[in-house]
Amino acid sequence: MKEKLKNCLTLFLTFLKIGAFTFGGGYAMIPIIEKEMVEKHKWIKSEDILDIFAIAESTPGPIAINSATFIGYKIGGVFGSFCATFGVVLPSFTIISIIALVLREFSDIPVVKYAFNGIRAGVLALIIKALYSMYKKAPKGLFSYILMGASFILAAFTDINVIFVIIGCGVAGLFNTLVLKRRAEK
Amino acid sequence: MSILLELFLTFFKIGLFTFGGGYAMLPLIQEEVIAHKWMEIEEVINFIAVSESTPGPFAINCATYVGMETGGVPGAICATLGVVLPSFIVILCVARFYKQFKESKIVSSVMTGLRPAVIGLIGSALVSMVVTVFLPDGFNLGSIAIPDLLVSLAIAVVMTILVFKKVHPIIIIVLSAVIGIISGYLLN
Repeated sequence: MKEKLKNCLTLFLTFLKIGAFTFGGGYAMIPIIEKEMVEKHKWIKSEDILDIFAIAESTPGPIAINSATFIGYKIGGVFGSFCATFGVVLPSFTIISIIALVLREFSDIPVVKYAFNGIRAGVLALIIKALYSMYKKAPKGLFSYILMGASFILAAFTDINVIFVIIGCGVAGLFNTLVLKRRAEK
Repeated sequence: MSILLELFLTFFKIGLFTFGGGYAMLPLIQEEVIAHKWMEIEEVINFIAVSESTPGPFAINCATYVGMETGGVPGAICATLGVVLPSFIVILCVARFYKQFKESKIVSSVMTGLRPAVIGLIGSALVSMVVTVFLPDGFNLGSIAIPDLLVSLAIAVVMTILVFKKVHPIIIIVLSAVIGIISGYLLN
């Protein structure tokens, strides 16, 4: 019991550190989570951590939260997953709450306005890069390109909610693999 | 509906339908947050820069920020709780049978549809951002400020080249801010 509580506290502090010092979002956290969990605390084997990240990517929700919840559960059960998730969320929550207050005070000053005019153009570059990296990792082939095109067109030119586009593409993926490919194999 | 409940439910929905990390959430944020008029698209773009320059995942940063702006600290708590809860519930369900989940043909098939969808959706979000950045007053020809447009275009092109040369995002943001300030004072 005491051991378990101690583990949960360590989980909380470790994920607090990960949340407080990783810039660049969920994907930037992955190597750091791996280092802490596999090398430092030896809580998780290196082949298991890859499974965890794969599942974190294919379940709904941000990858950082999924990984924290999953790892917390493996080490300390439901309470462990709570500690890990709370730890990874707390730094963001605190820092952004303060920034929201500050930004409101300063957003009408000319310097800040000009700075953000420049920044908005720079942010486009960051998204272009992120999109390119995702494209490189995505499945290739006609089916995949059709879905990319269709979801782009539906989101850009119609009022259909993106949630329905996401559901539709998930169903299309299921149908394509389980029905069309299986029929082609026969 | 009270604003707190609305924040919670909206971010719960966003969390539930986000697959992958980083900007996968962007199309949902854009759609839901802008539809609720909690933020304008320009603010969303500003916020991406803030999120890149502060620690923590984009999802949490965004939920906290929108919650704080619309409902103060209670709003921030509700939005953040909303975006985290779907992950938490789903992972707790999956964790017990994760071997089966990993080998499940259904899950991997669904993912073959979701991955390309997320790319198409982010592409669409990017297009609307490009329009907002370059034509902040819309397509009205008379209102286009050519010098501002050229500065934005130059920043976007140079920063894209730098990003692909692996310059760190924070440096990209700082450089863009500096150019924005200098040209802002020169042009006004």
